[in-house]
Amino acid sequence: MSKNFTRRGVLKTGAVAGAGLTLPTYLRAAGHEGFTNAPTGSTVTLGFNVPQTGPYADEGADELRAYELAVEHLNGEGDGGMLQTFSSKALDGTGILGKKVEYVTGDTQTKSDAARASAKSMIEKDGAIMITGGSSSGVAVAVQALCQEAGVMFMAGLTHSNDTTGKDRRANGFRHFFNSYMSGAALAPILVDQYGADRKAYHLTADYNWGYTTEEAVRSSTEALGWETVATVKTPLTQTDFSSYIAPVISSGADVLVLNHYGGNMVNSLTSAVQFGLRAQEVAGKKFEIVVPLYSELMARGAGENIAGILGSQNWDWKIENQLGSRYSGTNAFVKSFGEKYGFPPSQAAHTCYVQTLLYADAVQRAGSFAPCAVVEALEGFEFDGMGNGPTLYRAEDHQCFKDVLVVRGKENPENEFDLVEIVEVTPVDQVTYASDHPQFAGGALGTCNNGA
Amino acid sequence: MDAIILQILNGLDKGSAYALIALGLTLIFGTLGVVNFAHGALFMIGAFCAVTLSRILSASHEVLVEGKTDFLGNPLKEDVPYVYDWFGESAGAAIIDWSVPLSILFAIPVMILVGVIMERGLIKHFYKRPHADQILVTFGLAIVLQEVIKYYFGANPIPTAAPEAFKGSFDFGAMIGLDPNTIIYPYWRLIYFCFAAIVIGCVFAFLQFTTFGMVVRAGMADRETVGLLGIDIDKRFTIMFGIAAAVAGLAGVMYVPINPPNYHMGMDFLVLSFVVVVVGGMGSLGGAVLAGFLLGILESFASMREVIDLIPGINQVIIYLVAIIVLLTRPRGLMGRKGVMEE
Amino acid sequence: MLGLNKQDTTILLVVAALTIFAPFILNPFPVDSAMAQFNAGYPDLMQRFVIFGIFAIGFNILFGLTGYLSFGHAAFLGIGSYSAVWMFKLLSMNVIPAIILAVIMSGLFAVVIGYVSLRRSGIYFSILTLAFAMMMFALAYSVLTPITGGETGLQLALDDPRILGISATPEGNIPTPSLFGVEMRASTTVPVGAWEFTFNFGYYFCALIMLVAFYLSVRIFRSPFGLTLRAIKSNQQRLNYTGVNPKPYTLAAFVISGMYAGLAGALMASMDPLAGAERMFWTQSGEVVLMTILGGVGTLFGPVLGAGMIKYMENIISKINSDILHSWFAFLPDGLEDLIVAIIYPFIGKGWHLTLGLIFMLVVIFLPGGLVEGGQRVRSWMKNRGKSKEETSQTPAE
Repeated sequence: MSKNFTRRGVLKTGAVAGAGLTLPTYLRAAGHEGFTNAPTGSTVTLGFNVPQTGPYADEGADELRAYELAVEHLNGEGDGGMLQTFSSKALDGTGILGKKVEYVTGDTQTKSDAARASAKSMIEKDGAIMITGGSSSGVAVAVQALCQEAGVMFMAGLTHSNDTTGKDRRANGFRHFFNSYMSGAALAPILVDQYGADRKAYHLTADYNWGYTTEEAVRSSTEALGWETVATVKTPLTQTDFSSYIAPVISSGADVLVLNHYGGNMVNSLTSAVQFGLRAQEVAGKKFEIVVPLYSELMARGAGENIAGILGSQNWDWKIENQLGSRYSGTNAFVKSFGEKYGFPPSQAAHTCYVQTLLYADAVQRAGSFAPCAVVEALEGFEFDGMGNGPTLYRAEDHQCFKDVLVVRGKENPENEFDLVEIVEVTPVDQVTYASDHPQFAGGALGTCNNGA
Repeated sequence: MDAIILQILNGLDKGSAYALIALGLTLIFGTLGVVNFAHGALFMIGAFCAVTLSRILSASHEVLVEGKTDFLGNPLKEDVPYVYDWFGESAGAAIIDWSVPLSILFAIPVMILVGVIMERGLIKHFYKRPHADQILVTFGLAIVLQEVIKYYFGANPIPTAAPEAFKGSFDFGAMIGLDPNTIIYPYWRLIYFCFAAIVIGCVFAFLQFTTFGMVVRAGMADRETVGLLGIDIDKRFTIMFGIAAAVAGLAGVMYVPINPPNYHMGMDFLVLSFVVVVVGGMGSLGGAVLAGFLLGILESFASMREVIDLIPGINQVIIYLVAIIVLLTRPRGLMGRKGVMEE
Repeated sequence: MLGLNKQDTTILLVVAALTIFAPFILNPFPVDSAMAQFNAGYPDLMQRFVIFGIFAIGFNILFGLTGYLSFGHAAFLGIGSYSAVWMFKLLSMNVIPAIILAVIMSGLFAVVIGYVSLRRSGIYFSILTLAFAMMMFALAYSVLTPITGGETGLQLALDDPRILGISATPEGNIPTPSLFGVEMRASTTVPVGAWEFTFNFGYYFCALIMLVAFYLSVRIFRSPFGLTLRAIKSNQQRLNYTGVNPKPYTLAAFVISGMYAGLAGALMASMDPLAGAERMFWTQSGEVVLMTILGGVGTLFGPVLGAGMIKYMENIISKINSDILHSWFAFLPDGLEDLIVAIIYPFIGKGWHLTLGLIFMLVVIFLPGGLVEGGQRVRSWMKNRGKSKEETSQTPAE
């Protein structure tokens, strides 16, 4: 090896060689604006990247409905929805910074590769300035990293893993949805309250990142309050029949089953658990209980009557303002415009996507610029209200929203397919707040915001 | 001990579904020489036959309820099924309750029809084509079928319950003389196993003891000679395709209460059922059934906590690991014939 | 030229011209026109076309020549991606070491998997390869998470060592993959009238590699080695009787095609530094089978064509939503507009799978030799229009 093949040497040669070729701007960025996909005309394009095929297609469809509604409201059509109740009054229904909002849609297929391909086409071809959506943490983390590289904003949709704002956090990415830790922290006191402090839990955990973080969160917060964890068993993602995992639970001595599953896995494992008569069992005089840390309306619908009486946590529910009062204002305004447009109430996935779009638009408006770094600055540490979750903070350290968490239970006698859960209690925000360097979130760094070109 | 019995039960139950699907696949492959990637889709269509029938039975008309409002504040409308109007509320409720078993009657003609249309309309043109072409066209068909189902039923699973009488579970351990509360097993899963055993028995009996079956078996062994004898083997093979479709469909119908059906359940089973067929040995009906139950039981054992603690991740790979071991030790699977699908 | 006969040289030159001018060819519509939706000339999709082209070319060396249908080739794609990303994490963001390691690693895995799987033939071979790939997927997604990143995929981080490079850029971001300092994502956009054409460095880098890969595959097809492989496909027994042991040949073909897949995986990671386990799922393996059959098994150009077709559907058709449809047909009276949109809508956007399935069926029913045969039919039809009486010899599709 010659002497100049040192690290510095390589860097220098690289820099010289690169200087000539990297001069061309990245993509369609207008050079003078200094950031990727700066909107030049009278419109601005947002990219809605949701699962349209695959098992989460229905959830994706609901997210898309919410996005379309948000675009309508931003452009001053319809009744304005949450713009009426939002504590920030920067938005005035004339689009964002006077530019009409347009959007493109794509299909994530709930695969990180496909999601990134779709997001890239929005950025490279359609000139999207912000990407939002998704229905799983794998996709959210993958697309968030992509947006960081490309220099556009990412407003996460439904993603619950700690990693999204933990070890995989990125400066250009923001999450409104709650996370595994919050589920654990919100559920634990209510579980103890409802089922007693002397309980033995058996965990079935989806064998991938989200499952791990959820199991850890629920485990550590319930153990802190006196519960014992009898066993944790990991189940493959591709498993469809959970009988062989459920059957041994009863003889293990456990009296609570925690299903750290989502989507189809959760529907099937819960159905099996109820079939095996777990809920009819008594262990040492205590009624056997099942807990599903992350609830979603669509999964509840998929599980049907088996969901009755099962506790879980949610980010938001469309009945919350009616039941718990005006602290959660914004809910009814949103439900009204969504319901009038589509004929049924929105899911929590739809809510978080709608809110994320408005929050982004508001941040741009307040910052006076579409440049990602300006938007990041406007969103960091932003406190707001009137979006259906009560007073909420977008924490600067990890770009995670902090707000109350709902603990819900499957209804025994639902009146219709949109009324499957009842709100048991709301865990106030203080109880679910954690330090940004909490061990469950360790190992990541936001980096600096990236404007791209 | 009871943990092992429990997992054997689970394995037999899982194996029932594998065996039924693999049996149909092998029937089609053995008679027609066609690799049918749309077989999983037939299983899925069977399941949606049950969903459809339960939707038909609970078809309703809206009745305004006085004094109640829906979430937007409009007057609440309640759905009243037509069967309530026709048969009275209790009889009507019973009919809806029994919709899954009733679907068997509904699914058999539907599935035979679907199978015959598939064979006459599409598959018959592919007898002489390479297996790769058969795979491509049936895979295309599988995608089309599942997208059509998704278009009408959505992507979310649709809960469809077993009759009230068969919900829940019973103490199987106490029945066979073990301590109570050691082996609790759901009624419906046991029914599924018995049902699968009966269907498998019927198919074998049909092939073994009827003239029709004898000709088909002869055709499977040597199609040309049977044709030379002046027997219209094609027509019989079409019927066999219909029967194979019906077997897959029935497996789907009865599976509905175990796991809520969704449009991609066929794809979930497709790869697994191919592994089962191949482990059993291409073209061997007995092999398919045997491999189905064997893999079901091994999968159940691999999911035991004690086993996973010993070998982490074993539950993720057990089926494929067994497939590799079997294929390396027995060149043509458990009961395969020489020369079938080896070129 | 380059040791090729005239016909092959023509094919190579055509492929070279197509890839070089792809930014023009794929962007036939003005940016602001309604048809711009169908433009595919943006960097990411062009990169995908050539990368999956490489994958399919390699697969065709195994399947097209020997007839051995591997149903687990995506495993090598995954191995290639993981190796490449690990190189980015540990060594430097230069793509060359990443690609080299990826090809070596996928080659090693291919030797082991191929050696075991090739002990069986026919569908037994297919299932063995499928089983290996699915095991790798399942483990990568779950218990191997520390090595593979599991669900979220293997990603770069700000605190990666990158001993020959920098952990983070001066601005505090993760550096991007580059070739001796030239970033893969460097692009320049040239507006020509109403049109816009994007030239991307990463695309041309991949295109160059694909041309080399294509050239090598032509050489393999024409070599004595290639002939032996064809003999294996047509009659393995006869080959045995002539005293040739087909095993080493098939294993060589398997390893070569595995290395092609690893190369494709490394390029995917180089264009977009993330490697996910889903890349190894059986549907991915199935996809390359479909690409090859759709384009034309055993033909030189077919697999590339098939790859392009499927990726185009996935990325372009899936993005058409009902709003766009309505804007296309807005000139029609309202009732008619709604009717036409209602008819087309199930086939595009979220219904793109349906269209894909229908195309598979139509192609295989009417064009048994794949798209290449379609092209040949059109050509011979054009040729024969004047002299229909004349006997025409059908050249085999190659």
